[in-house]
Amino acid sequence: MSSVASPASAAAPSSPEPLIVARGLTKSFDGFEAVKGIDLEVRPGEFFGFLGPNGAGKSSTMRMIACVSPVSSGTLRLFGLDPARDGARIRARIGVVPQLDTLDTELSVQENLWIYGRFFDLPRSECRRRATELLEFAQLSDRADSVVEHLSGGMKRRLSIARSLINDPELLLLDEPTTGLDPQARHVLWERLYRLKQQGVTQVLTTHYMDEAEQLCDRLVVMDQGRIVAEGSPRELIDRYSTREVLELRFAAGTNDQHGALLAGIGDKQEVLPDRVLVYADDGEAALSEAHHRGARPESALVRRSSLEDVFLQLTGRSLVD
Amino acid sequence: MSTPGPLRVVNSHVVVFRRFWRLNVLSSFVQPMLYLLGLGVGVGALVDRNAGSTDTLGGVPYVAFVAPGVIVTTAMTIGALESMWPVMGGLRWRREYHGMAATPLGATDIVLGHGIWMAVRAGVAAAAVGVALALFDDTRSWGLLPAIVVAMFVGIAFAMPTMAYSIGAEMDGAFAALQRFVIIPLFLFGGAFYPLSQLPEAVQWIARAFPLWHGVVVARGFTTDHGAPIDWVAVAGHLGYVALWAVVGTVVAVRRLERRLYP
Amino acid sequence: MSTVLRIVPETFVVRRPHRMIERHVVAYRRQWMIVFSGFFEPLFYLLSMRAGVGDLVGDVRVGGRSVPYDAFVAPALMASSAMNGAIFDSTGNVLHRLKYARIYDAALATPMGPADVAVGEIGWALIRGQVYAIGFLAVMAGLGLTESWWSLMALPVCALIGLTFASIGFLGTTYMRGWSDMDIVNTAMMPLFLFSATFFPISSYGDWGWVVQLSPLYHGVALVRAANAGVWTGSLVVHALVLVVISVVALVLASRRVDRLLRR
Repeated sequence: MSSVASPASAAAPSSPEPLIVARGLTKSFDGFEAVKGIDLEVRPGEFFGFLGPNGAGKSSTMRMIACVSPVSSGTLRLFGLDPARDGARIRARIGVVPQLDTLDTELSVQENLWIYGRFFDLPRSECRRRATELLEFAQLSDRADSVVEHLSGGMKRRLSIARSLINDPELLLLDEPTTGLDPQARHVLWERLYRLKQQGVTQVLTTHYMDEAEQLCDRLVVMDQGRIVAEGSPRELIDRYSTREVLELRFAAGTNDQHGALLAGIGDKQEVLPDRVLVYADDGEAALSEAHHRGARPESALVRRSSLEDVFLQLTGRSLVD
Repeated sequence: MSTPGPLRVVNSHVVVFRRFWRLNVLSSFVQPMLYLLGLGVGVGALVDRNAGSTDTLGGVPYVAFVAPGVIVTTAMTIGALESMWPVMGGLRWRREYHGMAATPLGATDIVLGHGIWMAVRAGVAAAAVGVALALFDDTRSWGLLPAIVVAMFVGIAFAMPTMAYSIGAEMDGAFAALQRFVIIPLFLFGGAFYPLSQLPEAVQWIARAFPLWHGVVVARGFTTDHGAPIDWVAVAGHLGYVALWAVVGTVVAVRRLERRLYP
Repeated sequence: MSTVLRIVPETFVVRRPHRMIERHVVAYRRQWMIVFSGFFEPLFYLLSMRAGVGDLVGDVRVGGRSVPYDAFVAPALMASSAMNGAIFDSTGNVLHRLKYARIYDAALATPMGPADVAVGEIGWALIRGQVYAIGFLAVMAGLGLTESWWSLMALPVCALIGLTFASIGFLGTTYMRGWSDMDIVNTAMMPLFLFSATFFPISSYGDWGWVVQLSPLYHGVALVRAANAGVWTGSLVVHALVLVVISVVALVLASRRVDRLLRR
């Protein structure tokens, strides 16, 4: 990836020209409004995240940004261009890792890269040169001639990412890139994405893994039911919507409600779940001794740092969304 | 007593089939009827106008000559086609063979179950064509009944070797080759649409090597009236050869499937 | 700006359809057998009709002339194989790429547009069809079934037939639900194959001849027969026009359907 020239300016996203600008962006399918008017800006070099439960409108937004889904209303500009008029010119400058792999199963690993490069009108020799580089980047050099069908899930994902980089994109769109991967494969992917960030590639990610968003994103928005409900860096969001620490208590089955009442007033807030009682407090240990003091005898107690997951559940609710 | 293994396999085929049978009516009944109409009746009008050809056809109208050929080729086509992609899918995509192999069912049950299922499918399709043929004066005959049974055997004789072939097949190209270099040529040169004697000697021998022609000759013997009694020894010989293909195909299929499922 | 105005340009802009063809060339290097064997299907039909049925039928009267049966059937088989090839390339293969392999989704994430995909696929079907047609014509010439250099005109005619059916097939595929719908395609093609004055002349149908004229393949067969015989009449313009109109309408509709399926 030596060809990605501009060095990282990720720490200071102060460029005056945002790479993506959306104003009042909506998307509807046959009367159903999947995206209900969102505003956002992504600056060059930034690692930007969309967080949200299934059906929040993340993928619809990503498809509009990728210029494969016409905007229903509002405005969207990428590199200052309008997707409706300059879709092809924009797509020439971006890379897309779709939610489900769209690798060409009839081609070998390296043929997938060549042919994809040809779709960008890259000269053949250039396709070959980049394919070799990218296979190394994706740790797939020894599988160059394998048929895609025989690759593992993690390898396919890495190939998808390698393929999305064939045109040296200025902007990389990653739609749930690590869903379904084992922990080792996820960490390998994160490390590769981090390297791209250091090389100055702007990245936009959707995910519902909180650890992933915390690890990777400079800034993120939480989407719920087609709207943006919060925006900020992971740290800012935790500070704004949660406490510093969370105390998790487990009690004998069926006694959570009565214990919830007993703990009322400890910390900033208490939450009774079917299997646990959570106490949000800046000092978890202090909250725990207060609980003991009031006579609570939990089967287990755990004090942990507040995470993006707490923010997420706070904002989007705990009921299951399909 | 519990249901024998092969029948449990058949049962699973039936369950899947219930979802798709409407479309199968198209390929296994409508298509042969169209061939009969187009080649039997349409070309038949041209053939029957030509005085010399009645002798070649043994004194029957062309449509009556072609009818048993259509019954038997219908069974062949079903037996062969349904033993290509469905078998490969059972091992590679839907992987239901692996699912069955994890139960007390073994390779023998899977292969025999497939064979029984193919007999049912080929038999039903042949019978449907037979019923349609019984509606017309030129083709109505009690001989249609044994002809349907013969067709069913031919269906199995193609299904089992094809299954053996498909178990080892690695690419879709293998099926294109089998279809275009074996099944379609047999359909065209296997004696269904004209007597084998029209063809060069060498081609005749190739056609005789496959079970189709044997089935067609026996079926035609039943459905058309030659004025001569049926030569049962010849019938037994032809059907024995057809059975040989089915048995060898079954044995090879079981051995290959065993090696695939329990390596 | 209205929504319609925004979508229309992308739908019909053709920039690099040849990239799709390039992809197929690479993919089929591994599956050459599928391409190679396709040549033999019409050839076997021709040889079977010539050796077996031809003798039974004798000569056929068509267009006021009497011709041997194989000479009657050969141009029709050439036209039918142009149809067959185009339909198979534009239905089963496209269905696989559209619904299962999702190759077009990948292509549309690049500067390729829906029209590139549609034109590329149809172009591929035509190229493959022309290769088969050239081979078939060579065999016809070898068997003494061509009458003059006019027979070469059968090649562009086959390209037109291919275009017509590839466009229809592509359009139809965008409505397919899954693999089992391929049975409908196969069954729909069979009456076209059998009843387009392919194996017996339109005069055999008596008063029902007009039904045969509804088949697009009938018009293709008439054109190939005329090319092979080198007999050019005014009615051929009508036959050609039918195919051109169907092609254009189906192509436009297909591009719009692809756009709606892929760029939602």
